[in-house]
Amino acid sequence: MQARDDDDCILRLEDVTKVYSGIVAVRHADLSLRRGAVNVLVGENGAGKSTLMRIIAGVEKPSLGRILLDGKEVEFHSPADAQRHGIGMVFQELNLFGNLSVAENIFATRELTRGFRGIDHGAQVERATGFLDRLDAGIDAETLVEDLPIGQQQLVEIAKAISLDTRILILDEPTSALSAAEVDVLFKVIRELKAQGVAIVYISHRLEELMRIGDYITVLRDGQITGHAMVKDIDTKWIVRSMIGSDAKDFAKSIAHRLGEEAFRAEDICLPRRTGGLAVDHVSISLRAGEVLGIYGLMGAGRSEFFECVMGQHRHSSGRVFVDGTEVDATDTAGRISAGLALIPEDRQREGLVQALSIASNLTLASLDRFVRFGFHIVGAREQASIEAAIRDLSIKAPNPDFEVTSMSGGNQQKVVIGKALMTKPKVLLMDEPSRGIDVGAKADVFRTMRRLAGEGLAILFSTSDLEEVMALSDRIAVMSNGRLVTVVGRADATEEMIVKASAEGHKTTREHA
Amino acid sequence: MTTATTTTTATDAASGSVLLTLMKLRTFIALFAVIAFFSIFAPNFLSTANLILMSKHVALNAFLAMGMTFVIITGGIDLSVGSIVGLCGMVAGGLILNGIDLQFGYTIYFNVVEVCLITLAVGIVIGAVNGLLITKLNVAPFIATLGTLYVARGFALLSSGGQTFPNLVGKPELSTTGFAFLGSGRLLGLPVSIWILIVVALAAAYLARYTPIGRHIFAVGGNERAARMSGIRVNRVKMFVYMFSGFCAAIVGLVISSELMASHPATGNSFELNAIAAAVLGGTSMSGGRGTIGGTIIGAFVIGILSDGLVMMGISSFWQMVIKGIVIIVAVVVDQAQRRLQQQVTLMQLAKKG
Repeated sequence: MQARDDDDCILRLEDVTKVYSGIVAVRHADLSLRRGAVNVLVGENGAGKSTLMRIIAGVEKPSLGRILLDGKEVEFHSPADAQRHGIGMVFQELNLFGNLSVAENIFATRELTRGFRGIDHGAQVERATGFLDRLDAGIDAETLVEDLPIGQQQLVEIAKAISLDTRILILDEPTSALSAAEVDVLFKVIRELKAQGVAIVYISHRLEELMRIGDYITVLRDGQITGHAMVKDIDTKWIVRSMIGSDAKDFAKSIAHRLGEEAFRAEDICLPRRTGGLAVDHVSISLRAGEVLGIYGLMGAGRSEFFECVMGQHRHSSGRVFVDGTEVDATDTAGRISAGLALIPEDRQREGLVQALSIASNLTLASLDRFVRFGFHIVGAREQASIEAAIRDLSIKAPNPDFEVTSMSGGNQQKVVIGKALMTKPKVLLMDEPSRGIDVGAKADVFRTMRRLAGEGLAILFSTSDLEEVMALSDRIAVMSNGRLVTVVGRADATEEMIVKASAEGHKTTREHA
Repeated sequence: MTTATTTTTATDAASGSVLLTLMKLRTFIALFAVIAFFSIFAPNFLSTANLILMSKHVALNAFLAMGMTFVIITGGIDLSVGSIVGLCGMVAGGLILNGIDLQFGYTIYFNVVEVCLITLAVGIVIGAVNGLLITKLNVAPFIATLGTLYVARGFALLSSGGQTFPNLVGKPELSTTGFAFLGSGRLLGLPVSIWILIVVALAAAYLARYTPIGRHIFAVGGNERAARMSGIRVNRVKMFVYMFSGFCAAIVGLVISSELMASHPATGNSFELNAIAAAVLGGTSMSGGRGTIGGTIIGAFVIGILSDGLVMMGISSFWQMVIKGIVIIVAVVVDQAQRRLQQQVTLMQLAKKG
């Protein structure tokens, strides 16, 4: 229908749906990418932006729907397939070989060779230097990638994508590790590419950046496209509104209860970053019994690192931690757990669960000492009783607790991780993105549990990058940005705009320094 | 093997789970297969004398394989066990024969029980060295234990200048007699070494199943990061498994020198490979997190019966090596196939639930 005014449309997704085991990541999405323009994609974490881009880049195949390139239907079987069609992507997680040089990384899989005499390293370095100079990167093409700070690694990744001579270039959060000056250079390059007719897809959480560089904007929510407009016609309010929507999710109502004494205090927590600077920058925070404090922040704001410091995961972190007013001396995780702290880690698969063990063993893993007689014998009956209680309290849908934990859905796995933490009888519960990657029903269960626990006097500190969640669940809201705690406000005084603004605060200061 | 499960009809799901059960029991099936095969083709295979003799051979490997199983479950490997066997044999032999010369005219002799305890302690200490290298100095387990393999073997050879300590009968006046009991004594008709194997195996199986440390061993191998996040003291767990492996190797050193009534410094050469093979055959996953003591014991019996049976059939030792290798490879291939099938079956169950 729009065919006539879509002359400049290079790639169209028509009615694309992508289903993972049990979760619909993208539903019935229509998306057009325009030649010579920056097509911006925004949405909260888990809204389906990355999935959509992975479909375009040939990493994933759509479950339903079709892809039209230059009006012709195409099917990408692999990223290499998509590359042949001129589609390049810079992934959010860097895909570089740390043990190879910058030039070798840029030309990986399409090495410049001299017939039978092998790789022409000289030519590779020369051409790589050309690409890097275009980015003003100041990187020597012969250094090993692992020796570069993360920001420069990101530039290498971008240089690699540019070197592909792509017609469509997808940048998934390309600025998350860049300094303000580097962002400016990147934008300059984007404008050049745009002038050459390249279609750019730009994904970012930083709204002001989008307003600066974008031409067209598409907003995603829960796998659906909820807004599409020219950037010049809209403002940040419109974006926030489309991102959050009006239909409220199922949040547990807060149970009115009195807050107790101070249960937790962190003073001056610092964690140096390997590449220089501080990942956690003098963070101090205090929490009362029965209080729920939400920490909002973008990816890389230092929330997970802060939690890890509190749990004693980083030996070179500094600062003091108090539980119920007494300082915690123990520096290792086991000691911190017995002091009454418990963490539900962000990455369930890597840090939360032991996949090879059963549901039951995972639940009791952190609290086995509670079921022990004579100091070494696990009393089966006692363990069994607690497992049953946990399954009931958290409404875990586990047909048989002896099954492997991976046999359950993501939401139930998350409940197991929560159950494991609760079994240590904590006084302070740290939850890092507790609703990440779980379905709506399980989310509601998790939120209800958080409310109930707070009502029982547990102090809860949780992090999220979901605005709606932080507004609905917290008694107080803290915002972290670039390792710093920018602000702490009561729920009554907080507005969405204020929080979004605060979450970019840390990056502004680097801009001033630069 | 997996073709049966590519479609999703109910009958295929059922046949998938039958196949899965068969695969889970593969070590048992292999054990019955070798026993059945040799009882037909090898003369005297089923005689009581032969069965007991074979069990004594198997016991040596089974001890090492149990220690190895715990190490492999944590995601590590212990290459030094063969050398620890050699060194511990030399320690026991040296103590019985020569005692400890205090350099000023006195020599301390220990009685046999003390000798055994000291030897076990030596094994545990070498295991602790492995553990410290791996946990404190961050050396990869393969390299750390490769190093101790050479060091221990070197000390074993140095202890006697490469000679054998012969005739460990001991002297009654020093109460160093009776060492032979371990290797050739019998209790209720069974060799002592078999009784020790039963005790250690039951203890290890109990440890794996009913104690926190056992659970921790599996957790560390299954997901070390998650284990650490759950407050498990990962380093202590690793120390424990290497020390236990050293302990098991020391037992083997004692039993072998007692059987031969002599200690030879080259004893135990390449025993570690047989131990790894038994563990893997018994279903221990080299990537960690999975394995059972029972499976390992059965694995050790399969390997032991295979090699003894082939000898009895008079098959060339060169062919024995080929056959042993093939059995190990097939075991791992089936293990992988089972893992895949298991995942498909669970996914299918999930899908059915909706």
